[in-house]
Amino acid sequence: MREVAFKILRFDPEKDSKPHWESYRVELEPTDRVLDGLEAIKGSVDGSLSLRRSCAHGVCGSDAMLINGRNRLACKVLVKNVKQPIAIEPMRGFKVIKDLIVDMEGFFSKYRQVSPYLIEAGPAPEKERLQSPEERERFDDTTKCILCGACTTSCPSFWADPDYIGPAAIVQAHRFIFDSRDAGKEKRLKIMNEKEGVWRCRTVFNCVEACPRGINVTRAIAEVKQALVRGKV
Amino acid sequence: MALHTFDGIIVGAGGAGLMAALQASRPDSSGKSPRIAVLSKLYPTRSHTGTAQGGIGAALGNLEDDKWEWHMFDTVKGGDYLVDQDAAEIMCREAVETVYELEHMGLPFSRTPDGKIAQRPFGGHTREFGKGPVRRSCYAADRTGHMILQTLYQQCIKQGVTFFDEYHVVDLLMKEGVTCGVAAFQIATGELHTFHSKAVLFATGGCGRMYKITSNALTLTGDGMAVVYRRGIPLQDMEFFQFHPTGIYKMGILITEAARGEGGILRNRSGERFMERYAPTLKDLAPRDMVSRAIYREVQEGRGIDGKDYVLLDLTHLDAKVIHAKLPDITDFVETYLGIDPVKQPIPIQPTAHYAMGGIPTDSDARVIVDERRSVLPGLYAAGECACVSVHGGNRLGTNSLVDIIVFGRRGGRALREYAMRAPLTSLPADPEGVTKERIARLRQGKGSETVAKIRSELQAEMMEKASVFRTKENLEQMLGIIRGLKDRYTKVRLQDTGTIFNTELLDAFELDYLLDLAQVTVTGALNRTESRGAHSREDFPKRDDANWLKHTLAYRKGDQVELKYKPVSITRFQPQERKY
Repeated sequence: MREVAFKILRFDPEKDSKPHWESYRVELEPTDRVLDGLEAIKGSVDGSLSLRRSCAHGVCGSDAMLINGRNRLACKVLVKNVKQPIAIEPMRGFKVIKDLIVDMEGFFSKYRQVSPYLIEAGPAPEKERLQSPEERERFDDTTKCILCGACTTSCPSFWADPDYIGPAAIVQAHRFIFDSRDAGKEKRLKIMNEKEGVWRCRTVFNCVEACPRGINVTRAIAEVKQALVRGKV
Repeated sequence: MALHTFDGIIVGAGGAGLMAALQASRPDSSGKSPRIAVLSKLYPTRSHTGTAQGGIGAALGNLEDDKWEWHMFDTVKGGDYLVDQDAAEIMCREAVETVYELEHMGLPFSRTPDGKIAQRPFGGHTREFGKGPVRRSCYAADRTGHMILQTLYQQCIKQGVTFFDEYHVVDLLMKEGVTCGVAAFQIATGELHTFHSKAVLFATGGCGRMYKITSNALTLTGDGMAVVYRRGIPLQDMEFFQFHPTGIYKMGILITEAARGEGGILRNRSGERFMERYAPTLKDLAPRDMVSRAIYREVQEGRGIDGKDYVLLDLTHLDAKVIHAKLPDITDFVETYLGIDPVKQPIPIQPTAHYAMGGIPTDSDARVIVDERRSVLPGLYAAGECACVSVHGGNRLGTNSLVDIIVFGRRGGRALREYAMRAPLTSLPADPEGVTKERIARLRQGKGSETVAKIRSELQAEMMEKASVFRTKENLEQMLGIIRGLKDRYTKVRLQDTGTIFNTELLDAFELDYLLDLAQVTVTGALNRTESRGAHSREDFPKRDDANWLKHTLAYRKGDQVELKYKPVSITRFQPQERKY
């Protein structure tokens, strides 16, 4: 065990007029996650520290936040791998509700805009629809998305224009546009082609850097752009 | 007080809850459907179904001959014959059509060269009633649960299902023995809400957070189980808690059984493939209870790595391409948390608390049954890990949790729908939020010096020590005393967060209250069951005892005590035999 220093941007809407930094020191193992540190602070220093978290191993997407200035999942960063004091802030570009908790409603509403569900071409067969391993591989990368918000809130285009649909929603659209079983490509590509769609992307690559699932988000966006230019997938 | 009225409420938005919601709210040919709402303390896509890795079992026979009867046999034998065989038959038969249904919904399964759903071997799944491993687990790389959760949520959006996200359900409302809704608090505001409804289906998942080393999310605190238990409904077979053999050492994060399905081998300090001694036929793919016990034995007998309490999962003999294509997520976990490349180095693992075989007793339509005569409580349903049908008996087979949530979520949704279409709305009890208000007031006014975190970590450490893979009378009795002490200390908890907006400390306090109840039920059942069966292994009673114990436990809350009753097991096709692999 050794002492690890944190500084956390705190905000309690019932008490504070604006966010402020607080410093903490807790005993942790070097192999502990940043999330373990935040839980330790909540458990032994200040029970009012508020954050979302669930699976604690990078799959559920609850605990995306800024860690030393980068969007990361708190459960996927080990304390030994980051500089101290470890600076923790809520994701940028969403309204902060309390401490590290942000309002995700707008994010999910953009997700819903891309009709994120399979649109069937016809009645289902008795058994499975056939899809070759190559066809399946075509959209494998974008099936990994956990809707954590790290990509969208690291995107300068989104910061500049909060109406931009954002990388996460494009990733979801990509997942269906390139699925050989899906018949909704035209509908989705039309949404992608709108003013707040895919053309707002300036290929800054922040999203790729931010994605905790290792999705090549910028490539997915580029593939959607190409499909629009060519008029086909 | 905010009041909402629906025909049906579904609590929990993992696989079982979402599947039930889809069924319950589907419009009929005239466009009519019951009014259904899904309440979850998380955003639905955060639910723990999303962490399931290896696959969903179904006898599709895409790569070799397979039959649902073999799947049923494996389920019954894997459960050490405590499985209700009528329910297991339904599950294994309907698994096949429900997997196709998931594919039709868009689930991106991995594929065979000829384009069918890919399948792989998994622990305890065999051909021809135990002759050898069979490829039955239908998978999407090692993120099958993630794809199930995403696909079902996508379908809910398509169908326009109503969600109340981040609402924490804290009480079941009943009047004269009939279900009439739930009380919940909205986490974002702290406001209490009454949901008045004809029917309620609980799909709140497990309670692995009663143990220190667990694969379970921080939010898996058995809320649904404890809420109904506090309303006088029994919990069934809670002493059967599965420890998955391969959790990342010290962290408990799951390394899927598919790692062994793809050829991974467990090794002790001398490099020996020790499972050959414990299960000569299935070896590393023996059921989880047996493999976890084997690891504990190796450690006890000094064959843990460096004499410590872990062994190694070795994938280094596998083709790097196989590891990267079929096990990408666990490769990432191992790299992130251990700094190890599993292609080059074996993975340190230890058994991790994984799955509650027990739960809220139901029939095969997910209707909650409240006694040994199988009486149904009108309007109340449960499905998924929080329920006990019982298809897992004393030990669940890998992949069968996903089968369970899909099959019984679907059946439960249909049964709830049918009930909600015809049943009247029972009036609410007087002051439906009274009990909850009192609990909140008590916590908010707490003046003691105890914290939720301290009590919780003591509970977890002691349960791991005294009520995990191996149990003894002495340890279990001590544990009951410890739980009594912790419950007493719980009354002296003082919250530091006095606010209403996202008061997650209050949420933690509710969850700890549930864990304490469930630990007490688990330990009481374990102490009374003087035999070893499935995941319940008593060092002082090492043999299975069918003459006295081939029966399900029902645990009722009586004041601050647990009262135990028992009910028979349904045996249809397969008579109990000695369990060898």
